[in-house]
Amino acid sequence: MSKRNSLSKWPVLLLTASLALGLTACGSGNNAANSAGSGGAANAPAENTAANAGATEAPAPKDPVELLNVSYDPTRELYVSFNAAFAKYWKDKTGQEVTVKQSHGGSGKQSLSVIGGLKADVVTLALGYDIDAIAEKGLLNKDWKGKFEDNSAPYTSTIVFLVRKGNPKGIKDWSDLVKDGVQVITPNPKTSGGARWNYLAAWGYAQKQDGGDEAKTKEFIKKLFQNVPVLDSGARGSTTTFTERGIGDVLLAWENEAFLSQKELGDKFEIVYPSLSILAEPPVAVVDKVVDSKGTREVAEEYLKYLYTDEGQKIAADNFYRPINPDIAAQYKDTFKDLELLQIDKDFGGWAEAQKKHFADGGTFDEIYTPGSK
Amino acid sequence: MAGGIATSRSVRKPAPADIGRPTSEPAAVRWLLIGIAVLFLTLIVLLPLITVFVEGLKRGWEVYLSALIDPDAVSALKLTLLVAAIAVPLNTVFGIAASWLIAKFSFRGKSLLLSLIDLPFSVSPVIAGFMFLLLFGAQGYLGPWLDERGLQVVFAPPGIVLATMFVTFPFVARELIPLMQAQGIQEEEAAATLGAKGFRIFWSVTLPNIKWGLLYGLVLCNARAMGEFGAVSVVSGHIRGETNTLPLHVEILYNEYQFSASFAAASLLMLLALLTLGAKSLVEWKTAQRNQDLEG
Amino acid sequence: MKGSRSRSVLPGFGLTMGITVLYLGIIVLIPLGCIFLKTSDLSWGEFWTTVTAPRVMASYRISLLTSLAAALVNLLFGLIVAWVLVRYRFPGRKLLDSLVDLPFALPTAVAGVALTAIYAPNGWIGQWLEPLGLKVAFTPLGITIALIFIGLPFIVRTVQPVLEDLDKEIEEAAVMLGAGRWRTVLRVVLPELTPALLTGFALAFARGIGEYGSVVFISGNMPMKTEIAPLLIMTKLESFELEQATAIAVVLLVMSFAMLLVINYIQWRASRRALAE
Repeated sequence: MSKRNSLSKWPVLLLTASLALGLTACGSGNNAANSAGSGGAANAPAENTAANAGATEAPAPKDPVELLNVSYDPTRELYVSFNAAFAKYWKDKTGQEVTVKQSHGGSGKQSLSVIGGLKADVVTLALGYDIDAIAEKGLLNKDWKGKFEDNSAPYTSTIVFLVRKGNPKGIKDWSDLVKDGVQVITPNPKTSGGARWNYLAAWGYAQKQDGGDEAKTKEFIKKLFQNVPVLDSGARGSTTTFTERGIGDVLLAWENEAFLSQKELGDKFEIVYPSLSILAEPPVAVVDKVVDSKGTREVAEEYLKYLYTDEGQKIAADNFYRPINPDIAAQYKDTFKDLELLQIDKDFGGWAEAQKKHFADGGTFDEIYTPGSK
Repeated sequence: MAGGIATSRSVRKPAPADIGRPTSEPAAVRWLLIGIAVLFLTLIVLLPLITVFVEGLKRGWEVYLSALIDPDAVSALKLTLLVAAIAVPLNTVFGIAASWLIAKFSFRGKSLLLSLIDLPFSVSPVIAGFMFLLLFGAQGYLGPWLDERGLQVVFAPPGIVLATMFVTFPFVARELIPLMQAQGIQEEEAAATLGAKGFRIFWSVTLPNIKWGLLYGLVLCNARAMGEFGAVSVVSGHIRGETNTLPLHVEILYNEYQFSASFAAASLLMLLALLTLGAKSLVEWKTAQRNQDLEG
Repeated sequence: MKGSRSRSVLPGFGLTMGITVLYLGIIVLIPLGCIFLKTSDLSWGEFWTTVTAPRVMASYRISLLTSLAAALVNLLFGLIVAWVLVRYRFPGRKLLDSLVDLPFALPTAVAGVALTAIYAPNGWIGQWLEPLGLKVAFTPLGITIALIFIGLPFIVRTVQPVLEDLDKEIEEAAVMLGAGRWRTVLRVVLPELTPALLTGFALAFARGIGEYGSVVFISGNMPMKTEIAPLLIMTKLESFELEQATAIAVVLLVMSFAMLLVINYIQWRASRRALAE
């Protein structure tokens, strides 16, 4: 009988425990929701003040403020340093404490999250297209690009080649990528923002070579992708495939990521600059709807503006992004080689256009793999 | 009386030392089968496991340990444990109710119900997360209503818990249903005929019979809850130190070219899984001992 | 529903039915309903073009075939593993037992990376297979391996408790009646295990169809060749084509659900026959 008793305690315990947990779940859920939504609840008055923002004078010692910066994958180190610098600057200027929380992930997915309700004060993504998508839902102004200097892109990057030590296949330029026996590693342009830059750079090169004959350009791109043995879903996957798995002769990568992998993985690899590449402009924007409801517009705008200061530009350069300030760029000219760069707006008619033509369903990228479209 | 049934049942459990009786195989077959099992598990499971530790330790213990005590890793661990602590018990209660329903009664639509219970297994994790975004997100069906009330479900712990609950939903039920079906309903019916009430029948007759299955279910549910990545990744928002679970932390480190730290964090997840398994073995061992005491 | 249940003296029908249906509704059915609702934003024609595009069709084929292969492999080896774990005592058994659950605990992405490291042409195992002309990583075979990894616990852990609970007396009786060991296993033990095996198979198969995280690393994602359907869903989501993404998801869902339904129905028929006897 004692055995039955001891056994019968089991489910009681289990049930009580689960009920208790269930209750705390609701409790903590609410708490979390409250604290997460404190922007909404606690700042309900702030919302009103924000409406007549200009009129309100800044009271002397302000409460600490929190910003959320939703960014893409390899920018964490950049923003860790930058956030610390900005917090100090803001404290000196206004006496207010500011903490910037960070969120990193694939650029497209991050954009989806912000659309879905992630309360980002600022977004710093890989492609203008991903910010356009947020603007389309009315979360920020459609002319966000004009809000800050240089198309709202405070730092730039470009696409380069990473090859194995000594460059055994002698890869110098895009035309070498379509040769027989050369294996090219790039992520899938459909799932990776970075890969879209790769694709467009190759397209732009071919277009220039072929004098605008689109059939020839398509042929070039098709040949290039026939040399691609593995299409990883993201840039990091491709880097692993190339560096760790030893597959492929050349990796198409963002310049900053090529530097990063060199730093992380030693000097088994070399960076090769092609004759022509593309200007990758990772843009930044303030999410109007969020900052207005949280009452953080002022600090959020200042945060992004700070990226353009000498200090911000240096931090970007130290993290392998090309500074746009010519003076700072001059200081780093040994790191960043000068080369001819295509521009998305000038040469491809902007992201919306490029997306539709190349990467949407039935676009030029799909044509490569559609059977019978040879 | 009910206790008597339970005891007599557990006596019939196969004793471990049955080897050599006519109901076992010749030694050669036995070792062949063991060999196959070991080889299979080594190729499919053990090697990846070793890889994770090897990669984690590539840069030495210092990097490994500092990856584990990193504040972001610690808060990710806490969130992961919290989520499991909510999702697993709730799914357990559901699992027990559902398996009782399906194993003990016969009714129309049972196959349909069973298939619906299985469904979360077949939903791509990405979609599992996405549908909660469709439901609770700012553009979602309930999002605006929640937003007016200042409630945040997705991109906050409640959304992560919901996504985890969905993904681990069938585990306990699925573990118990075949077991309870195999056992039939005679014992419970006997107890009921003798006048035992519902919960009492469950506790004294059913539970002793299903406790191993239940334990397996719990362990699996827990392991999966802690390891879930795809669904959680969609609803988490990836806010560092706040809505990152351990698997998300692993991915983020990986994407940041911090290879070793990433695998170190992954190995932590596996240690957690091994810990739950250890707890399971302990319960098994204790119960076996007590049974021996009772019977001896 | 209630009227058609067989007269049972057991209590708790209403309570358990209530809990089950309520919980199922909140956690599974309502959220899944959203997927269908979102898909209905597409016209029938748009839906049809989306889900029957050549690349999408190829991805179904790859997803289904590799999941099927993986589930079959797991069916056989999972049974052996479960059998060995329950019936035999040998050094290292506990360790083996705990290995089985790890595929659940390991984040799928990590599993994918680790498996790719092992089976890539320069990996621990891949380097031995390469000279034999056997490519694993970045081929359908690699996808299958990842899915075997993902599905293994389903089979082992559904069979194990049933096997543990199996009455040895029946086997002994069979032996006394003169049946050989092989015959006993085949005729007496296996039928007892069939429901659990079928369940495990169905679950592993269904899980394989939906799996994303581990596969994308090892598959190579070549369109028409090694591109799985969940990857296409992800692709559509990332390019903000939400309706198309849910459309493909609906197709996968219906396929998995149909299969689960068939297997559960077969089981239900079998158990009814058993009851009738």
